[in-house]
Amino acid sequence: MTRATDVLVIGAGVVGAACAYHAARAGLTATVVDRGPVAGGTTGAGEGDILVSDKEPGPELDLALLSTRSWHDLAGEVGGFEYEVKGGLVVAATAGGVAGLAGLTARQRAAGVEVTPVAAGDLTGYEPHLAGDLAGGAFYPQDAQVQPMLAAARLLRASGARVCTGVTVTGMLRGGDRVTGVRTDHGPIAAGAVVNAAGTWGGDVAALAGVRVPVLPRRGFVLVTEPLPPLGRHKVYAAEYVAGVGSDDEGLETSAVVEGTPAGTVLIGASRERVGFDRGFSLPVLRLLARQAIALFPRLGDVAAIRAYCGFRPYCPDHLPVVGPDPRAGGLLHACGHEGAGIGLAAGTGRVLAQVLTGAELEIDLFPFRPERFTEAS
Amino acid sequence: MNELTFEGRAVPFVPGQSIGAALTGAGVTSVRVTRLGGRPRGLFCGIGVCFDCLVTVNDGPPSRACVVEARPGDVVKGARDA
Repeated sequence: MTRATDVLVIGAGVVGAACAYHAARAGLTATVVDRGPVAGGTTGAGEGDILVSDKEPGPELDLALLSTRSWHDLAGEVGGFEYEVKGGLVVAATAGGVAGLAGLTARQRAAGVEVTPVAAGDLTGYEPHLAGDLAGGAFYPQDAQVQPMLAAARLLRASGARVCTGVTVTGMLRGGDRVTGVRTDHGPIAAGAVVNAAGTWGGDVAALAGVRVPVLPRRGFVLVTEPLPPLGRHKVYAAEYVAGVGSDDEGLETSAVVEGTPAGTVLIGASRERVGFDRGFSLPVLRLLARQAIALFPRLGDVAAIRAYCGFRPYCPDHLPVVGPDPRAGGLLHACGHEGAGIGLAAGTGRVLAQVLTGAELEIDLFPFRPERFTEAS
Repeated sequence: MNELTFEGRAVPFVPGQSIGAALTGAGVTSVRVTRLGGRPRGLFCGIGVCFDCLVTVNDGPPSRACVVEARPGDVVKGARDA
């Protein structure tokens, strides 16, 4: 299966799909390989959120804002992946939580996020079934959602890329110090550039090129209800979620995240645990998620949960993704380590990576995401 | 007579049969539509897992047709707005 391609993308998740799509749009030919199916890793294990609300100002929020605009464009250009700009409602249970939220929203607003404070008495105007004992909240109209597996599949199809699933990359082709393609269990593929979009397994792919990129798994469960009449209009989550996202805690953290889908099911998250790649079912975690969701939406106490799934967020020690060319291995670029925000950040990541590949002007500064940052002398 | 009604139509069943099986036997392949797009939903997994075949029985809460035993006179309707 030797065949020259401009860009060889490793990983048929949403990030790889967005890279392939934007590369193709920029006039490059793309080939995508994945050892599993399309969206077989973390892409297929999340809720499909495109959020600006859960991010402090900084490089990740800049990438999220770019991505938010880019997803809107993709919904028009490609579509077919249940893109909904539903808005996010963050709620706080205590006066302290409201004060913390006010500080966060002030910082976010200065960074370009649209956000409106919501008084306790106005919360049920946004969400009629919300519990009555909450202290206040904030509404983020830019927060959106997609069906992530459909998004990856649609972007791949629209890219025109050759997609090779069930193909495992086993090594890199080298021309001197440069990476010039990949070896696979189905033969070598020569490429002008190789993009590591292997998500939680991106560290293993980097190692094949002899470079270190520390991406580690952070497990999360999602609990799914039976299809229900519309319960919530927006994504609703507890203010503690933002703290959980940025936390370095090793142990189990949970915070309530509740949102409906076009299929009528309600998705309930979110848990965070560092337990390696353990796929074991955890009833205690699911009980906690259910209890927290019922505290937000008492009506959920009467509905059946029909299933749960788990996945592994790809996180780096500094909680920033790894995006850009690797100076330690010419020809290799990374687009991985997006932690729990990979769906949201995918569109912007693919956009900027295509700009790198074509030598165009970059829309955002990639310095904070540089792959070699973990091995630099401090 | 072992008969239930589905959306007003008489559907025969044999004792012990699930509502889903009885509906399938009567040629009913869709019991409801999705609230967005109006796409048909009916017996898919047939073993209680997928929750596609939601119906109401005698105006009760949404139930899976595939795991509820049919009873004479049951008034079965497709679950609305699910």
